[in-house]
Amino acid sequence: MGNIDFSLVDWSRAQFALTAMYHWIFVPLTLGLSFILAIMESIYVKTGNPEWKDTTKFWMTIFGINFAIGVATGIILEFEFGTNWSNYSWFVGDIFGAPLAIEGIMAFFMESTFIAVMFFGWNKVSKKFHLVSTWLVAIGSNLSALWILVANGWMQLPGGTKFNPDTARNEMIDFWSVLFSPVAINKFLHTVTSAYVLAAIVVIGISAYYLLKSKHSLFAKKSIVVAAVFGLISSLYLITTGDGSAKQVAKYQPMKLAVMEGLYEGSEGAPLQAIGVLVDAPTDKNPNQKEVKMNIALPGGLSFLSFGDFNAFVPGINDLLYGNSKYGIEPYQDKIAKGKLAIDALRNYRLAKKAGNEDEAKQHLAVLNANYKYFGYGFYSGRSEQELVPDVPLVFYAFHIMVGLGSYFVVFFILMLFLTMKNKIQDNRIILILAVLTLPLAFVAQQAGWIVAEVGRQPWVIQNLMPTIAAVSQISSTNVMITFGLFLLVFTALLIAELKIIFAQIKKGPEAHSGNN
Amino acid sequence: METLKNIFNFYKEGFNNLSGVGKKLWLIIFIKLFVMFAILKIFFFQDFLSSKADTPQEKANYVIDKLTNF
Repeated sequence: MGNIDFSLVDWSRAQFALTAMYHWIFVPLTLGLSFILAIMESIYVKTGNPEWKDTTKFWMTIFGINFAIGVATGIILEFEFGTNWSNYSWFVGDIFGAPLAIEGIMAFFMESTFIAVMFFGWNKVSKKFHLVSTWLVAIGSNLSALWILVANGWMQLPGGTKFNPDTARNEMIDFWSVLFSPVAINKFLHTVTSAYVLAAIVVIGISAYYLLKSKHSLFAKKSIVVAAVFGLISSLYLITTGDGSAKQVAKYQPMKLAVMEGLYEGSEGAPLQAIGVLVDAPTDKNPNQKEVKMNIALPGGLSFLSFGDFNAFVPGINDLLYGNSKYGIEPYQDKIAKGKLAIDALRNYRLAKKAGNEDEAKQHLAVLNANYKYFGYGFYSGRSEQELVPDVPLVFYAFHIMVGLGSYFVVFFILMLFLTMKNKIQDNRIILILAVLTLPLAFVAQQAGWIVAEVGRQPWVIQNLMPTIAAVSQISSTNVMITFGLFLLVFTALLIAELKIIFAQIKKGPEAHSGNN
Repeated sequence: METLKNIFNFYKEGFNNLSGVGKKLWLIIFIKLFVMFAILKIFFFQDFLSSKADTPQEKANYVIDKLTNF
C-alpha cells in the first residue's frame, strides 16, 4: 500500500470526471430534444399546419448541431478505461462488454440510420415515414443511454455475475438480473427524465429570448407550450424517480446517503436538510466530522425519504465507519479485515493451483467466496477507514443544488405554461428574463446530479469490490496530466464551436428553415 | 438492386444539398474523429494491459498479481 501514487489516482479521476462531465453537457440535450422534435412533428402531421413543420425544422437544426458536436465524445471514456483504468477494465470486462456491444449494434445503428432520414428526408419520403424516423431517432438515442446506464448500474450494485479467480474477471451468469437491476432501471429513468427537463428548459429559454426581442412570437409560444407540458410531466416523474433513487441509495449505498445529507450520527426520525451550511466540527471519534449549520430541516424527512417511514433509523457516517451494534451495522475495520482475507485467499488459491495442490486451492477458494463481497475493503488494510468516506461538502452541496433546482423547475414549468396559455407571456419581461437565466441552471442541475451519483460512491469504482486505488493503471501521472490538458482544450473548443453555431442559428431564427432541407 | 440504388441516391443528394451549417458540422465531426483516433488513441491511449502481457492468461496473471500484492 505504501507505493500508491495518489497524484496518479487523483489525476486519473480528474481526467475521467472532466471527460464524463463534458460528454454530459451534450447528451441530455440530445435525449430530450429528440422527443420534443418528435412531438412537434407529430402535431404537424396531425394538423397539416406548416408552422409546425417550420418549428420542428428549427429545433431539428439545434438538435443536429448538438448531436454533431457531442457525438463520439463518449468514446474517449472507453480509451481511458483501457489506458488509465486497466485493472478495472479487466475485472469487469464481460459485464461492460455485453451492454456496450448491444448499445453499439442496436441503439446507435438505429439512431444513426434514421437520423439521415430525419435530416435528408423532408419532401423525399412520406410525412408518416419521416415522422416514424424522428420517433426512432428519439427511441434509439434513449436506448443508447439505457445500455450505458445498465453498465453503470452494475458498478453501483454488482449482481448477476460471478468472480472467476482463474481469469480475475467478473463473469455474467444472469444477463436479465444485470439488465433489470433495480438500480439500473431507476437510474435510467431518473437520468433520461432529467434530460427531458433540461431539453424543455433549453427550448423555453431560447423561445423566451425571441419573445424578449419581439421576434417569431407565434413560433416561440408554440414551442413554449410543447416544452412546458413535456417539461412539467417529465419533472413530476423526475420527482418519483428521485424518490426511488433515494430509497435505493439508502438500501445499497448508505454511506452515499449519509454524505448527501451531511449526517454523521444516525438516528430514528432523521431530519431532511432543506438548506444548510457544512462547518467543521471535529470530535475525538471522527476528526473530519462536520455539522450542518444555519439549516432548515424537515423532521423525520430523511427517514421517510429513505424507508417510507418517518421513524425509521438512518445510519450516519460514524455509524457506518465505526459500527452500530444496536442496528447490526458492521464497522469498516471488520469489513477491511474480511476484504484482506479475500485478497489473501485469491493469492493463496493461485499459488496452490500453480503448485498443483487442488485440495488447498479449494480451501482458499472457499475463503475467497465467503468474503468476496468485502473484496474491495481489503485494499485499505493498514489504512484509516476515513479514506472510505467520499468528499462530504462536494456531495452535500451538489445534492442540495440538484434537489433545489429540480423543485424550482416544476414551478417554472407551471408558470410558463399558465402564462402562455393565458397569452400573457410576451408581456411579462421579468418572467422571460427568468426563463433565459434558467437555461444554464438546467445544465448546473445535470452536473450536480452526476456529482452526487459518482463522487457520492467514492472510493468505489465497483461498489465494495474495487476502489479507485486498485483500479488505476500504473502509468506516469505526468502523462495523465498532459492528456487532461489536451482534453480540456479539445472539449472547450468543441463547446465554444457548439455555442457559436447555435447562437448563429438562433440569430437566423426559425424563418431561415422554411421550405429548406 | 433498385432499392439499394435509391438509398445510395438518397444519401448522395442529402450530402450534395447540405446547408452551410451542415457542412461546418461534418467538418467538425471529421476533425474530432481524426484528433480522437489518429492522435489521442495512437499516441496517448494505448491499451495498457497489452503493453504488459500478450495472451488473456498473461493479462489475468498480471492483474491478479497487481491486486494481490497491493
